[in-house]
Amino acid sequence: MEELLEILNELHPDIDFNTQQNLVDEKILDSFDIVTIISEVADVFDITISAEEIVPDNFNSASALYSLIEKKMDDED
Amino acid sequence: MYNHVLDYLAETVARVPEKTAFVGENLSYTFRQVYDISRSIGSAVLSKGLNKEPVIVFMQKSPQTIVTFFGVVNAGCYYVPIDEEMPAARINLIFENCQSKLMICDNNTVKLAQELSFDGDILIFDNICDYKTDNKLLLNVRERAIDTDPIYIVFTSGSTGVPKGVCACHRSVIDYVEQLSSVLEFDENTIFGNQTPLYFDACLKELYPTLKFGATTYLIPHQLFMFPVKLVEYLNENKINTICWVVSALTMISTFNTFAAVVPKYLRTIAFGSEVFPVKQLNIWRDAVKTASFFNLYGPTEGTGMCCYYPIDREFSADETIPIGYPFKNTDILLLDNEDRQVEDGEPGEICIRGTSVTLGYYNNPDKTKEAFVQNPLNKFYPEIIYRTGDIGKKNDRGELVFLSRKDYQIKHMGHRIELGEIEVNVNVLDEIKFSGCIYDSVKNKIVLFFVGDITAAELSKAIKERLPRYMMPNNIISLKNMPFTANGKIDRVELKKIYNEKYINKN
Repeated sequence: MEELLEILNELHPDIDFNTQQNLVDEKILDSFDIVTIISEVADVFDITISAEEIVPDNFNSASALYSLIEKKMDDED
Repeated sequence: MYNHVLDYLAETVARVPEKTAFVGENLSYTFRQVYDISRSIGSAVLSKGLNKEPVIVFMQKSPQTIVTFFGVVNAGCYYVPIDEEMPAARINLIFENCQSKLMICDNNTVKLAQELSFDGDILIFDNICDYKTDNKLLLNVRERAIDTDPIYIVFTSGSTGVPKGVCACHRSVIDYVEQLSSVLEFDENTIFGNQTPLYFDACLKELYPTLKFGATTYLIPHQLFMFPVKLVEYLNENKINTICWVVSALTMISTFNTFAAVVPKYLRTIAFGSEVFPVKQLNIWRDAVKTASFFNLYGPTEGTGMCCYYPIDREFSADETIPIGYPFKNTDILLLDNEDRQVEDGEPGEICIRGTSVTLGYYNNPDKTKEAFVQNPLNKFYPEIIYRTGDIGKKNDRGELVFLSRKDYQIKHMGHRIELGEIEVNVNVLDEIKFSGCIYDSVKNKIVLFFVGDITAAELSKAIKERLPRYMMPNNIISLKNMPFTANGKIDRVELKKIYNEKYINKN
C-alpha cells in the first residue's frame, strides 16, 4: 500500500489518498493520472491492468485500487 | 459566396430542420432548434446595445454553449469562451484583456461568475433562449456583416504569465471548414464524436462542418476519456464514424489493449494532431480499424484550427516520424532560416504560415502581435502578414513537411499548448518561493516543477491550483535546496533535467 500511496502522492501531493473515496467522481483524477498510475503500477508491482479493469469502481479510492493490485498479484502467482 | 459562418446554418435548416445537430449528456438540439435559439440569443445580445464587441460565454460544455456561440455571432459580435477549468485569476486576466460588457452563463456557472471581477451585464441562458426574435434587427446586422469581422477570441498560454487572445474572423473559419471538409471527406452522414473542449479552436472541426453538411455531433462526456472500454462502447452505441481527437485520447485506448475487449465498428475517419503520434500506437489503431482513413493534422491556433494535413498512406516503422504533410489548399507554408531566407529543401527552418488562415492577431495586444504576425520578409512590395509559428520543420526526401522541434520553451502536453514560462510566473508570485524552474519529461509526458522556497510540495500544489488551469498543473513537484543557474544568470534547465533523470534512475 505504501508504494501505491507514493505513486499517487507524487501526482497530487495535496490530496490525502488514505481518506478520499471519490477520486473519479470528484474529478481529482483525470485521464493523464489514470494512464500514469497504470504504467507506474505495472513497473512497481509487475502486473498488467487490463482495459476492462479500467472502470470508475477500481479507481475511486486508493484502497479499491490496492485490492485490484493484490488480486492481480495473487492471480499471477 | 459565403461571407458569414451562419450562412451554413441558414441553408441546412431549410433542408433538414428536424435532423439532430448537437447531442450532449442531457439534451440534444435539431437544426431547427439551433436556428431558433441562436436567433433568440442574438436578439437578446442586441437588446443590450452591443455592436461588434466581445461577449464572454461562461457555460458548461453542452449543446447550449454551442448555440450560444452562434447567438453571439448572430448579433454581429464575437464569442470569448471561458471555462470552469480555468482558475479565477486567469479568467480575470481575460476580462481585463477583453473589456467585455456582457457575459452569458448557465445555471451551473452563474454563481461562480458573480464572484469574478466582471463589470458588465450577466445574462443566463435559460432566460434568453426563448427571447423574442427581432427579425428586422438581425437582418440588418447580417446585411452589414463583412467576412473580416471577428467570430471568436480563444486564449492560449503566454510565456509572460498573461494568456494571449487569438482572434479569428469569418473568412478564416470558412476557409478552414471548406478545406478540412474536403480533405477529410465530411458529408451529411458524418457523425462526429467530439473530444476537445469548446474553449479552444480545436472544436471548429466539428461545430461548423456540422452546420455546413447537416451532420451530427456528439459531445462525448469528458469522464469517458478515462475509461477506454466504455469510451469505445459509446462510439459504437451512437454509430460515431468520425473523430478528430488529440493524440493522448487515442493512445489511452490503444495502450491498454482495449481492442481485445471491444472494437470501434463504425469509424471511417480518424484525425489526430497537436502532438506526435507514436508509430507503435498508430499501428495498433490501424490494425484494429482497418477500413478507416487516418490523418495527421498540424497547425497553431494563430493559423485558425489546423493548416497542414498528412493522410497516412504508407507503413511506418517504429523509429520514423509521421510527417505533418502538406498545407491545406489556399494556405502556404514558408520555411525561413535565421536570416529570413527560404531554406533549401531538406534544411530546417521556422514554419511560417501565409494565407487566409492567418488569424487577425492577439486581441488588444499589439506588442505580442507584432512579434509573431509579421510582414512576409520575402515580399517587399505590399503589406502581407505571415504568422511565425516558432516551430522548426523541414521537408523530407518525399517533399513532405516534418515537424522537428520548438524554438522556445513551449510544450504540448495532453494536446494542450503550454508555455513553461507561464507556469513559472504563476509559481514565482507566491511569497514563499525563491526560485522555480519547469522542465518537460517527454518520455513519461510529465510537467516537472522544481522550486526553492519555504513551502512543501503539497502546499505549493494547492496554491497553484488557484492560479493555473488543470492541464497546466505540474505532474511532479520537486523541492531543491539550491537552484542551478547558467553563467548568464538564467535557470539552468539542462541541469534540472540531469537532476530529474538522476532522481528517476536512482529510484528504479
